[in-house]
Amino acid sequence: MIAFASALDQIPDGPPPAPGASSAPSAPSAAELEDRTAWPDALLAATIVAVDPAGVGGVVVRSFPGPVRDRWMACVTGLFPKSVPVRRVPLHVTDDRLLGGLDLAATLRSGRPVAERGLLVEADGGVLILAMAERAEASSVARLTATLDTGEVAVERDGFALRHPSRFGVIALDEGVDWEERPTAGLRDRLGLHLDLSDVSVREADVSVAPFDLAAIANARGLLAQVTIEDDLVEALCGTALALGVESLRASGLAVRVARIHAALCGVSAVRAEDATAAARLVLGPRATRLPMPEPEEQPEPEAQSSEPEQPPNPPDDPANEPPADSTENETQSQTPQQDLDKPLEDQVLEAAEAAIPLGLLAMLQADTRRRAAGSTGGKAGAAQIVQRGGRPMGSRRGELKPGVRVAVLDTLRVAAPWQRLRRLEISQAEASNTDVSPRVLVRPDDIRVTRFKRRRGTVTIFAVDASGSASLNRLAEAKGAVELLLADCYVRRDEVALISFRGAGAEVLLPPTRSLTRAKRQLGVLPGGGGTPLAAGIDAAAVLAERIVKQGRSVSLVFLIDGRPNVGRDGLGGRERAQADADDAARQIAISGFPALVVDMSARPQPASRTLAGIMKAVYLPLPRADSRTLSRAVQAATTGA
Amino acid sequence: MAAVFPFSAIVGQDDMKLALLIAAVDQSVGGVLVMGDRGTGKSTAVRALAALLPPMPVVRGCPYNCDPAKTAEGCVSGCTYRDAKTKPASISIPVVDLPLGATEDRVVGALDLEKVLAHGERAFEPGLLARAHRGFLYIDEVNLLEDHLVDLLLDVAASGENVVEREGLSIRHPAKFVLVGSGNPEEGELRPQLLDRFGLSLEVRTPTDLKTRVEVVRRRDDFERDPAAFVEKWQPEEQKVVKKIQNGRKRVANVDVPDAALERAAEICIALGTDGLRGELTLIRAARALAAIEGKKAVTDVQLRAVAPTALRHRLRRDPLDESGSTARLDRVLVEVFDREGAAA
Repeated sequence: MIAFASALDQIPDGPPPAPGASSAPSAPSAAELEDRTAWPDALLAATIVAVDPAGVGGVVVRSFPGPVRDRWMACVTGLFPKSVPVRRVPLHVTDDRLLGGLDLAATLRSGRPVAERGLLVEADGGVLILAMAERAEASSVARLTATLDTGEVAVERDGFALRHPSRFGVIALDEGVDWEERPTAGLRDRLGLHLDLSDVSVREADVSVAPFDLAAIANARGLLAQVTIEDDLVEALCGTALALGVESLRASGLAVRVARIHAALCGVSAVRAEDATAAARLVLGPRATRLPMPEPEEQPEPEAQSSEPEQPPNPPDDPANEPPADSTENETQSQTPQQDLDKPLEDQVLEAAEAAIPLGLLAMLQADTRRRAAGSTGGKAGAAQIVQRGGRPMGSRRGELKPGVRVAVLDTLRVAAPWQRLRRLEISQAEASNTDVSPRVLVRPDDIRVTRFKRRRGTVTIFAVDASGSASLNRLAEAKGAVELLLADCYVRRDEVALISFRGAGAEVLLPPTRSLTRAKRQLGVLPGGGGTPLAAGIDAAAVLAERIVKQGRSVSLVFLIDGRPNVGRDGLGGRERAQADADDAARQIAISGFPALVVDMSARPQPASRTLAGIMKAVYLPLPRADSRTLSRAVQAATTGA
Repeated sequence: MAAVFPFSAIVGQDDMKLALLIAAVDQSVGGVLVMGDRGTGKSTAVRALAALLPPMPVVRGCPYNCDPAKTAEGCVSGCTYRDAKTKPASISIPVVDLPLGATEDRVVGALDLEKVLAHGERAFEPGLLARAHRGFLYIDEVNLLEDHLVDLLLDVAASGENVVEREGLSIRHPAKFVLVGSGNPEEGELRPQLLDRFGLSLEVRTPTDLKTRVEVVRRRDDFERDPAAFVEKWQPEEQKVVKKIQNGRKRVANVDVPDAALERAAEICIALGTDGLRGELTLIRAARALAAIEGKKAVTDVQLRAVAPTALRHRLRRDPLDESGSTARLDRVLVEVFDREGAAA
């Protein structure tokens, strides 16, 4: 979530502040509370993952690089025996390196195909460290999670069909700045333990003695398979997950696993209540998407609510379509105060998990609901590049052996073939004794050909929508029809769309680039409206996003849906003249950057100022009332494919 | 993969299990697409199904799984395995995984590198499509599949034949397979052309009631603690499913599809305005397979109504931006078609 207008409010490292601003509990004391548990819990998590890395899936460690994280990493790697492989996955890892493939050097040397093992295979029995996990490419992460699921690496590449069993844990280092930037949901779902070290001070992390020693860990490994768990504890963990709105069943399963590991660490062979509470704190707490007890003044803002019905994991204020979950929740609510009577177990577990609920959950929730509604599943920075990778091979060119290139083996051989006799002759002259062991094919560096890929450049269409009080999107059928037409057009062309709305004092990105047009439409449908028209802020926001997209190597087109004249300037203050001047200035920047743009004027009477603005922007101008669907479609084609 | 979580031990998700059984009983229904929430056992179910499929006869040694009952014409030209003297072999119906990151050469087949490099000989190494012939091709995270592979699959799925014209090779071999895909819709949308390739499509959701959830977690935990014992424990249930599939396959050809059922299928499709005949055909085939599973002699409204949502939902004329609408429309039409009639009769 990038709130352009309120950039100053952004706390660089942590959840963004709630726009509702009603959710600021006494911060210092809460911070102290968090400080007390975060680091010991991180150390506990390290020992748990050391017992059974593959079983718990791994750990997501959210923190900037720094001494605290380094200490934690040193602690966790120190808990593994020396023989256990610890591999690091670089950010832009290629499939060759990740999955394995043809080892060209060895192949050429030996004269027969030699397979190279990938990182996913090498990590078997140990840990894979995923650096900058929030930026990892969705495609690489999907290969990784597939291995976590099946316990084997399936390689169907370069003429090899191989299956390597491989089980490992993943330590995902998440250096995301805001809540938008984080590892993909698929990865977070599979890694049992989620840590946030961003608020742990260096002084605190001074004590880095794990709560259990190596002997206890080794002992736990042996004991783990025998540790049993009673039904009531499984139920307590599952009930807690529901009460906290942790929808995925994997999380509940992982909580059970962590509870068993905790018991094994303590040397007992049956899970006790304290093991379950520890598991709830480590696994379920950080995943909470709602508070178990709704407090009236802390309920999400109306705008967050309005986007809720899209997501079945409904908040406590939406009891309609989730009766079982809700009844559990009500139970929990009514029981929490009287404790120890009916279901003390579940209460204990729930309380433990509550203690681990991240600071400022409400603020995060708000960001999160919107984020979920926006359909972002994290890992966006990486997903961005998926379009550019691979593609259809189109011939080969001369090249050299270096990481990241795909050698066109056959073309290489074809080039080498005519020279064979000559080269053989050369060799036999040079070292007459050695001829019989020389490889069958003699390939020289000059022969190497590498595959060229035809890349399909992805296009992102950014919709910047005027959501001010005057906006007619919700009242004008034409406007709605126009947007749907535009979206349908994107769908046909497999474009991604992004959505920016501007109203009141500023603009915000409601939907980062996504292929899910359904969500774009939903988001438009529940667009929060009202306030002034800060057109300049809207244009600026679109320009910033567009530049980022272009930097990623994709093309971009802009569609502005505007209604009436701007009346809020860049500084967030009113005043028509100033606002118009700012908007014109912003439009000039668009023209300079050369982004293809379309300005759709939704107002009842087309404004001359809007036409001028489009002119400054070098955009196609389209007054809506006169545009029928065909004109509009043509205009979009012209505006977005041209220029 | 050591032990596979048993199909029958999957809690709930009856729609998904039924759709997979239907595809196993009558492979001509065309593929199955399962989209839905994370951790709902989508890929578990598909991989579990593989263990339950009956054997099929193949030409011994043939890398293309050729059917010995058919003439040699259907096979790759110059097939040397087909020989009157060798007895056909029996393999279980293949479920071939198409892993992410697979390269094109492994999917369609390519020059056998070993032979090229070691002996300078040009030979064709069949790919995954050859292995999947007469069986299933499974793609997990189907919406993350690279576009050029999607194109390729569409091409082969449409023609039932894999044509390789590359690297100086010219090979064509039959490749008829049931496409099974799964994925999470949040990760990206599926190309409409690919969507149409699936006969049945359904969405799975995470169960929300505590009891079911506890059961899911419990069984999963039991399985992971001792896979062998867990598989053993579920063996009787698994055998029931095996029987169900086998009996269904035996019976399906003899299930009668009366004119009334054909008319009813047409009526549903017209009311929904689905394009083309494929929907109608799938609807009838799926209903017939369901009747065979249930041991019925003829297709009736009961089966048609049961399979209509999975067979048709993804075929409604698409408004790409309106997904909830299609389910509602379908329900309304089904109520109209069936209940109005029921009231009259």
